[in-house]
Amino acid sequence: MTNNRRGKRTLLFPSAPYIRASASIVSRMEGEGPLGDRFDVVLDDDTWGQESFEKAECRMFEEAVRLALDKCGMQPQQLGCLLGGDLLNQIVTANYAARSLETPFLGLYGACSTMAESLLVGSVLVDGGYAESVACVATSHFSSAERQYRYPLEMGTTSPETAQRTVTGAGCVLVAGGDDEAAVFHRIRTRAATIGRVVDLGITDANNMGAAMAPAACDTIITHLKDLGRTVDDYDLIITGDLGRFGSEMLFTLCRERGVDLSGRHLDCGNMIFHPEQNVQCGGSGCGCSAVTLSAMLLDQIERGGCRRMLFLATGALLSPTVTLQGESIPGIAHAVVLEQEG
Amino acid sequence: MEHFDAKAYQKRVNERMPKSKTLLYCFRAFWTGGLICCIGQAIGDILRNLFVLTTEQIASWTAIILVFLGALLTGIGVYDRIGAYAGAGSVVPITGFSNSVVAPAIEFKQEGYVMGVGAKLFSLAGPVLVYGTCTSILVGLLSLLFP
Repeated sequence: MTNNRRGKRTLLFPSAPYIRASASIVSRMEGEGPLGDRFDVVLDDDTWGQESFEKAECRMFEEAVRLALDKCGMQPQQLGCLLGGDLLNQIVTANYAARSLETPFLGLYGACSTMAESLLVGSVLVDGGYAESVACVATSHFSSAERQYRYPLEMGTTSPETAQRTVTGAGCVLVAGGDDEAAVFHRIRTRAATIGRVVDLGITDANNMGAAMAPAACDTIITHLKDLGRTVDDYDLIITGDLGRFGSEMLFTLCRERGVDLSGRHLDCGNMIFHPEQNVQCGGSGCGCSAVTLSAMLLDQIERGGCRRMLFLATGALLSPTVTLQGESIPGIAHAVVLEQEG
Repeated sequence: MEHFDAKAYQKRVNERMPKSKTLLYCFRAFWTGGLICCIGQAIGDILRNLFVLTTEQIASWTAIILVFLGALLTGIGVYDRIGAYAGAGSVVPITGFSNSVVAPAIEFKQEGYVMGVGAKLFSLAGPVLVYGTCTSILVGLLSLLFP
């Protein structure tokens, strides 16, 4: 019995869980970007008083959850489940934050697609009656990601034109079964989601992740529209996570070839979070990129703005430095969640 | 399920991706690398005029001073900025070698002096040392065989 499944990969949420609140924490560089005044916390020091960048990222994860809970007067003990992940090996950020929060916890790894993956799983738990409220979180940190995926910070190298800058940020979104006075948002509901498929077209350049992820994003968008019998016109906005400038261009081309025209409806978080003059080549990346953009700006556009239906599509490059050195290419994945304005 | 043509996609990505500005980077590398070499030459000339040293001693002291300067600039967070502009211009000279040893030393200090600094110190410079040593052995053998 799969009553709530449509087509190949799309899940429906008949009870349409509510988004209760969100929180975002970023570093100074993101704070100086176009969305600067919308973030809850902008850190002056990206170690946030911790001994290492990993510990700072962990604190960002934990504080983002506490901040979102505080906004609607909740305690960590009231969470039915904490769902989240990051980019580091063994998703240490999420694991160690969960150690402090002491909630039921499912750690997720979807590279930069983690925010949509956590919203998808969270909506399933709430809609299925397995949790009254869940926290969906994703974080990334420029400095901890650089040392794991690239070079030490003080190493003097140039960045290729297709490179993207990992966003230092933590975003948390609370999903709940019902609405009440204490909630920050009252009109945002998750109606459906599409599970991504791993797509790998043989891109091997770790400095061109937008191109590695674009086919997965195209695959999920086309499948989602087919599964629900919809067209792009049924959506006010189609948001991708961190394709960046070049990845977005490739997504446009791939979709157009399949008869889907995204023009006028598509925005990419990687293009929105930094000014081009901030020296970030093709834009922002990392799972914090879509997480903080969603938490700080996109949800507000549904609650108070003119966006009635949004397809939030976080894109992940499932890159491993080890396997890439062994000659493997970079697989991509994209999960999608439909966020709708009530009424 | 959507079908994608991987070969055609790779070809299109290669054609359309924003290209590195090779000429500009060559120019930057040329003048910054040249400048570092001029500084090295100036250090050598000053040493020659101030102290009574053999040519070999001058070369050693010049290298020592340049390595020190590279390490110092890495430690105070300047060399990575130079590198972001200069590219190969600041990687190829001996100051770049110094940078590639000191950068991981700073970075991995948090993991301790043995498994952090000790183990990761040559993570970037290691290949240079390995293949540099191998080449010098090979050249030594050749010069022995064909005097």
